[in-house]
Amino acid sequence: MTPAVKSSAAVQQSDVVLRYLRPHKKFPNLWCPGCGNGIVMSSLVRAIDKLGLAKDNVVLVSGIGCSSRMPVYLDFQALHTTHGRALAFATGVKFARPDLKVVVITGDGDCLSIGGNHLIHACRRNIDITTILINNYIYGMTGGQISPTTPSGSVSTTTPYGNMEKQFEACELAKGAGATFIARTTVYHTSQMDRMITEAIQHRGFSFVEVLSNCHTYYGRLNRLGQATALLRMFQEKAARGKAKSIIDEESKDMIVTGVLHRDDEKTELCDEYQKLLDSLSKGKA
Amino acid sequence: MMNGSALGEFHFPDDRYEIRLSGSGGQGLVLAAMLLAEAVGADPAKRVIQTKSYGPEARGGASKSDVVISTSDIYYPKAYKLDLLLAMTQESLDKYYRDLKEHGTLIVDDTLVSQVPCEEYYALSFTQFAQEQLHNVMVANVIALGSIAAITSVVSLKALMKVVLARAPRGTEEINRAALEMGFHEGMLLRQESEGFCIAA
Amino acid sequence: MPQADRQLMMGNTACMHGAIYAGVRFYAGYPITPSTEVAEGCARELPRIGGRFIQMEDEIASIGAVIGASVAGLKAMTATSGPGYSLMIENIGYAYMIEAPCVIVNVQRGGPSTGLPTKVSQADTMQARWGPHGDYTAIAVAPSSVAEAFTETVRAVNLSERFRTPVTILLDEVIGHMQEMVSLPEAGEYPVVDRAKPTCDPADYAPYGPTENCVNPMPAYGEGYRWYATGLTHDPRGFPTERPDEIVATLERLRHKIEDHRPEIDKVRADRMEDAEIALVSYGSVSRTALQAMMLARGAGLRVGCVQLQTVWPFPLEPLRTLLQNTRKVIVAELNMGQIVEQVERIVPDGGRVHSLLRYDGELITPHQLIDKINEVST
Repeated sequence: MTPAVKSSAAVQQSDVVLRYLRPHKKFPNLWCPGCGNGIVMSSLVRAIDKLGLAKDNVVLVSGIGCSSRMPVYLDFQALHTTHGRALAFATGVKFARPDLKVVVITGDGDCLSIGGNHLIHACRRNIDITTILINNYIYGMTGGQISPTTPSGSVSTTTPYGNMEKQFEACELAKGAGATFIARTTVYHTSQMDRMITEAIQHRGFSFVEVLSNCHTYYGRLNRLGQATALLRMFQEKAARGKAKSIIDEESKDMIVTGVLHRDDEKTELCDEYQKLLDSLSKGKA
Repeated sequence: MMNGSALGEFHFPDDRYEIRLSGSGGQGLVLAAMLLAEAVGADPAKRVIQTKSYGPEARGGASKSDVVISTSDIYYPKAYKLDLLLAMTQESLDKYYRDLKEHGTLIVDDTLVSQVPCEEYYALSFTQFAQEQLHNVMVANVIALGSIAAITSVVSLKALMKVVLARAPRGTEEINRAALEMGFHEGMLLRQESEGFCIAA
Repeated sequence: MPQADRQLMMGNTACMHGAIYAGVRFYAGYPITPSTEVAEGCARELPRIGGRFIQMEDEIASIGAVIGASVAGLKAMTATSGPGYSLMIENIGYAYMIEAPCVIVNVQRGGPSTGLPTKVSQADTMQARWGPHGDYTAIAVAPSSVAEAFTETVRAVNLSERFRTPVTILLDEVIGHMQEMVSLPEAGEYPVVDRAKPTCDPADYAPYGPTENCVNPMPAYGEGYRWYATGLTHDPRGFPTERPDEIVATLERLRHKIEDHRPEIDKVRADRMEDAEIALVSYGSVSRTALQAMMLARGAGLRVGCVQLQTVWPFPLEPLRTLLQNTRKVIVAELNMGQIVEQVERIVPDGGRVHSLLRYDGELITPHQLIDKINEVST
């Protein structure tokens, strides 16, 4: 269904995205119709555009999974790496070239399961990388297996009798590991997402944005939660906006706490510290 | 055509001199071997190769480091038949004595070695000297190096002193100098008094 | 050789200096015996010259960071031993696929698994060739002295830049930990190769296009080309493809860029081979034993020669074929259960001519073992 009249704001927004698409890459993309990945991609583009970053200075690094396909569509430097390892590669890019803005696009399986070790160490180093974790509660690319964020009791193709494992609380994990900017939002809350991603990129240090997203194809279907719109409605209803007292909050157990959850602007950043070493050694020589 | 006859008993080049410094991990024998190799190698006419073998642990266990010296190119880098064995513990002596050439030079630290399987050897109390006279057990290895310069002619005291002082951590130059001189002095006494051999008591 | 510059140096340390000489300015690694001195040297020396060192959380991350730094524009290296190399393998395959120049030093120890952390081995020879899954052509070099640990590392970095490919340096515990007196060469004494950079309009840049020598220029990040790299099989632009013709073109280019330039890569050292009736073929630390045995055998009047493989992969077929054609017997000596001997048998098909001396107890083959073998095959 096509609306007869588009609002002018919507036209402007899509124009922005068009300016950042790769000229050589043919669409359509490989995401399912209604997938949240495209919403996150648009939000990322609007954030970069708002910040006025030069395309040449932005590097997108991703691992393996549906969300990790994002960099192929966008006109930035892009490194589509191996499963779980995006943060390791991104650390190399950033530490070699601190002048570049490095953004990692990753999913819940990629970032928290196979790549969990790299996540905690990137957080610990407080290296200036922005990580956008698109959490859709399931492995989509391989066809609907449980991930570390799949809720207990959920059905997946590898938990046909229900998931008996517990879930990672990604933002709490990142906080414990030392990340200095942590935010959560959902694909329903696009203007909040724009702000969160903008602030995350601006932040000097390791920034972590968890975006809850819908995989109606597998998670929604296998758990009889309905189509994309039904999942978006769920995000709308469960979201508790604003800064919460803690990430895990008993009262809001069944709620999704969104907003900036943690921020520390005092902690030193790795590349800055290494630059100090380089400066002191070159001074010693001179 | 080949003559077909088997190669009989053969020997490494005559100028090849093989040294093994052995003891337990933590006695600083790998470092001592490095210092020895560096001092020997300072003479551009000499070739030298130092190798080590050790357990993964930093302390304890048998530790050894070999130094091979020659005036021609050294290919096989490991010691094969030792011209000189320094044993700083009973365990290392027991383990490596069989690698010593007939009439090879044996130096033992009699602080920690009580049973020597031969009649001809040099015995000095490196560890005891280090503890009682220099109040630092860590320099036993340097005392041993000094004795090697006195007992053998593979390296001069002067060359060793230069390397030891260059490598000594700041503030430890004097104790290392004293250790090296003490080892050299004791070694010379032993060499003179026994005309080359100490008869086991 | 200025005598004042001579210094006692470990093979691993010489490897580090060679890397810096060749322009390596980024090191990421994880400690593992017997390779750790390479990392320690880089941690100390790289920041002094504006380079960068980082200790990563594991070997998987180490090679990932190395590849990231390489595509960002720096020459990058890591060093490890068997268990770490095993962990790196998936990402080394990624580097083959996206054609990221980088150098991986494997200071070999006994295996499989944790094996013999402090003892020598050459049992990772085949792993350096066939580690990652899939088809590609690997380059590996092997030093046999402290001086060669320097020069072969320079050559490894150069080859990686020239061919946009990972290069493995097969050191072993003996060479890595051995100390010899060496003097480091002056700048300019050995050539240093930098990757070719594109000069075309960014709109026309195809990072994986069909080129005459099969190697495409590679820009650093931030230079306007904004190219896309993926481990998925890709088309000339770098975008994923499932078109059979494009798949074949990509895989064949990876092969041809190495295979078609073997003369640039092959390197063997021949000693006394002119009149040799028995050839000793080896690499790494074993080549030292072979030279010693050759000298002893020559002293007894036997015509023995040595061939040292300085390039192990791609296996230097043509130089070896030429060197071995007139020898009566070939003895291949190696610290494994027979990985190189099978390659030599490909060249010298007359089965009776090729003999094998293997050792895998954590010790270096001795000259006496080789002499015994020479005796055995010559009677």
